[in-house]
Amino acid sequence: MSKFVIIGNGVAAAGCIEGIRSIDKESEITVISAEKHPVYSRPLISYYLEGKTTLEKMNYRSEDFYEKNKAELVYASAEKIDLKKGEVAFGSKKTKFDKLCIAAGSSPFVPPMDGLDSVKEKFTFMTMDDSLALEKALKKDSRVLIVGAGLIGLKCAEGILERVGSVTVVDLADRVLSSILDNECAAVMQKHLESKGMKFLLSDSVAKLETDKAVMKSGKTVEFDVLVLAVGVRANTQLAKDAGAEVNRGIIIDTKMQTTLENVYAAGDCTEGYDSSIDANRVLAILPNAYMQGFCAGVNMAGGDSSITNAIPMNSIGFFGLHCTSAGSYFAQGEGEVYEEKSCGGIKRLYIKDNKLTGYIIIGDVTGAGIYTRIIREKTDLSGVNIDKLKNNATLAMFLPETRRKMLGGVV
Amino acid sequence: MKRVYVNEKWCLGCHLCEYNCAFANSGMTDMVKALKDKPIYPRVHIEQSDDITYAVSCRHCKDPLCVKSCIAGAISIVDGVVKIDKTKCVGCLTCVLVCPYGAVRPGPTGAAQKCELCLENSCGEPACVKGCPNNAIVYEERQEEK
Amino acid sequence: MIDQYIYPEFEVVRNQNRCISCRVCERQCANEVHRYDTDLGVMLSDETKCVNCQRCVSLCPTHALKIVKSDCRLRENANWSDQTIKEVYKQANSGGVLLSSMGNPTPLPVYWDKILINASQVTNPPIDPLREPMETKVFLGKKPEKVLRRASGELITQMPPQIELSMPVMFSAMSYGSISYNAHASLARAATELGICYNTGEGGLHEDFYCYGENTIVQVASGRFGVHKNYLEAAAAVEIKMGQGAKPGIGGHLPGAKIVGDISRTRMIPEGSDAISPAPHHDIYSIEDLRQLVYSLKEATDYKKPVIIKVAAVHNIAAIASGIARSGADIIAIDGFRGGTGAAPTRIRDNVGIPIELALAAVDQRLRDEGIRNNVSLVVGGSVRSAADVVKAVALGADAVYVATAALLALGCHLCRTCHSGKCNWGIATQRPDLVKRLNPDIGSRRLVNLMNAWRHEIKELMGAMGINSIECLRGNRLMLRGVGLTAKELEILGISHAGE
Repeated sequence: MSKFVIIGNGVAAAGCIEGIRSIDKESEITVISAEKHPVYSRPLISYYLEGKTTLEKMNYRSEDFYEKNKAELVYASAEKIDLKKGEVAFGSKKTKFDKLCIAAGSSPFVPPMDGLDSVKEKFTFMTMDDSLALEKALKKDSRVLIVGAGLIGLKCAEGILERVGSVTVVDLADRVLSSILDNECAAVMQKHLESKGMKFLLSDSVAKLETDKAVMKSGKTVEFDVLVLAVGVRANTQLAKDAGAEVNRGIIIDTKMQTTLENVYAAGDCTEGYDSSIDANRVLAILPNAYMQGFCAGVNMAGGDSSITNAIPMNSIGFFGLHCTSAGSYFAQGEGEVYEEKSCGGIKRLYIKDNKLTGYIIIGDVTGAGIYTRIIREKTDLSGVNIDKLKNNATLAMFLPETRRKMLGGVV
Repeated sequence: MKRVYVNEKWCLGCHLCEYNCAFANSGMTDMVKALKDKPIYPRVHIEQSDDITYAVSCRHCKDPLCVKSCIAGAISIVDGVVKIDKTKCVGCLTCVLVCPYGAVRPGPTGAAQKCELCLENSCGEPACVKGCPNNAIVYEERQEEK
Repeated sequence: MIDQYIYPEFEVVRNQNRCISCRVCERQCANEVHRYDTDLGVMLSDETKCVNCQRCVSLCPTHALKIVKSDCRLRENANWSDQTIKEVYKQANSGGVLLSSMGNPTPLPVYWDKILINASQVTNPPIDPLREPMETKVFLGKKPEKVLRRASGELITQMPPQIELSMPVMFSAMSYGSISYNAHASLARAATELGICYNTGEGGLHEDFYCYGENTIVQVASGRFGVHKNYLEAAAAVEIKMGQGAKPGIGGHLPGAKIVGDISRTRMIPEGSDAISPAPHHDIYSIEDLRQLVYSLKEATDYKKPVIIKVAAVHNIAAIASGIARSGADIIAIDGFRGGTGAAPTRIRDNVGIPIELALAAVDQRLRDEGIRNNVSLVVGGSVRSAADVVKAVALGADAVYVATAALLALGCHLCRTCHSGKCNWGIATQRPDLVKRLNPDIGSRRLVNLMNAWRHEIKELMGAMGINSIECLRGNRLMLRGVGLTAKELEILGISHAGE
């Protein structure tokens, strides 16, 4: 019997519980959750505002999840990890651990802004509580200013657009979704969002805030009633750092999800793990990654053997019915072949280099996109793939007949 | 566990499987009423490579990426069958992003859908298999390759 | 010159209320009758191309289609029928010989349908085949005339070579080329499972099918295509084809376009060359010549395999059979005028030859009269359509029957009679890979086995009703038959009494 402690209660923690239980059905598990909710699907907070889901349906797992998995859920903030004693302190209590998983997630980054204190209705957009608080402030004629045109900012904008008077999004970058889209694709997406009524101020930033007015670097001013700060997130690394773990932008983990400390694992948005698309560590703050890392950590904590060596950045996101999937890494013009195909309201760009598909972006019909993701993840050598068919359509037709028959012919 | 397998040697590319699938999952008792003058959203689809056609549907992977990746926790494995809870799905299509077979697709409401082996619809057994005129799709137990 | 317009024979009736525009009909029609019009959003038909093969009707998931005979007719004329006039138009358009496929469709008498079978009542009780054993097994080949003993008194049990069949039915000759690889695979697999034989026809034996050799009859025809030592040795029996019921007196012609790949290899002729089977065997002009070929083949196969001579049923068939029975052949196969073909000149198919029922009765009687009936077994074909036809044929004197059309129907054939187009939508009479694959031999062989098992049950039922428990006891037992609506001459030839007599 071992004692497992998980700090955090997001998707990575749920993965960790399920990972442990896939090996060890009995040992005690304690989950320390700073948020006072059972595990919920954080990316759904914008869907909640849009009316596409309910608080109840946002639960990531069934009601009896903790009970069924014999996990004790404690609502408290973990304060300190004492490695020598093998203890985690939270609130006024302590708990022993044999193996620890840090799945502490990330926090919104709020940059210092002149006059921020003068703004009454200001929000970040990260948690269920953030979403509920923002919802209360929204009125039919609210003018909303969102700082940040990334995934969080734009999903927030989509979620509230129909509920408020106007939404303006400002970003320092010259394009929307700069972390996942290249210029061409960002332009397509921006056009679509503008057609739905969103306004953008790009390559610009807030110089000064005055109660209900933002003065931009460019000199423009934007009047607003509600301010949403979605500039970015920072991995929650402090606990690990204090305990002596190596930390960069996230907690450094190996392919088995172990930190540099013995018996201490980490998973999810707080980590910096191996990204096979760049052959280096980086923070991959995406939900699938969080679950898989959590599960992998759980298996290893329980004495199993698991590793993840093929994690890549990938995203699927849609706005007002226009879908966008992307994965892998892109490169600058001239470093390889970029295949581009435009269709009605959509665009597809494939990045091909050294006989490999390194990355892709599809906006519009994303059918079969997973096959592109697959060949990026598996680093498939394209000499065994029909490139014309690959470009034409994401179907299994691109593979050699024997490869395809194998894929479809057995248990996978 | 029994799964749906395709034998491209016998696939005629007639696309009947798609229509039988769409009908079986329509919840209606008349195919005309279910499918006439509407776009169809089958959970099996025919792909073509030169002269070869073959049906693709969910492989019910033993270690499915879609289950792990679903942002809403809407995909689960029940007795080996990978299922999507449509009421929880928000249509983000992360499952489409990760499915290595291209077997998950958005359905008529925008929620993702895929083959669930007709275990819960009126057909009771995979409609694509039942209706295939040339036994190109079969429903059987196969062993895992070692 | 512009061709005389001939109104399409069939109309495609599409119930637009039921059509869901799934385009299955379009994808499945090799004749390109159906087409989806994106502007109109409906399916359209080009009926000039329809051959009424019913593929679309069968596969339409909402049963929205039917094919009907067009009622656009020329002015009625009892002498000049619509068909006759249109054939004149066609020939005036093309200048060519009219081609047809499958069996003679004209309304000539079908004697099977005028013969009725007896049943036991009171004095000779019927037998219940579900309770008592019934023997349907037959052996084909020369039978000894009398019991022979050695000087010591021991029985001599050595027999001339025989074919053993679990029931008195075989699949008759259809060449690889005239029918597809998958059709052959289906026949071979079914024959093996059933314990009967199928026949290669004059197309050689594909290397994949040597494993079914014990249930294969290999054919040697006038073109000698595909004949070699291994081919002869692989088989259960060797058949010399002198003629075919659908086209007596003429040879065959498989166009060079169809001689590709495996077919060229199996026939042992270069790709693209026409496969012309001459009308006669150029080395056979007499029974003596025939005897030479029979013994050449026996010599080549070490006297281990029966030799079959297949002839078409023609006017003096009894005399011909008598000659063959003396040629050293073990089995005579007679093919009646309603037998099928992959392609034949229409006039030949519809006007040459005689009904198999009469030929069989005449031959059996003649051989008996001459005391040489045991020299040979008799196999008849040419439209044996059911278990009842089988029973009637055996009672008229046949040892076994050949079926082909019924077997093709089991494989999916809808008797559209356009095999000669090479675009068989059912994957049977075609070599187009996309069409050939439509016949999955797993399904095909299963259906053939089902059909033959059903017939076997029915044969047993009919035998049981007659109070006969072995097919051997039925052979030539014409007392079990009665004619209805037949003339005295017909009854005399058939050797049966009229019903009521």
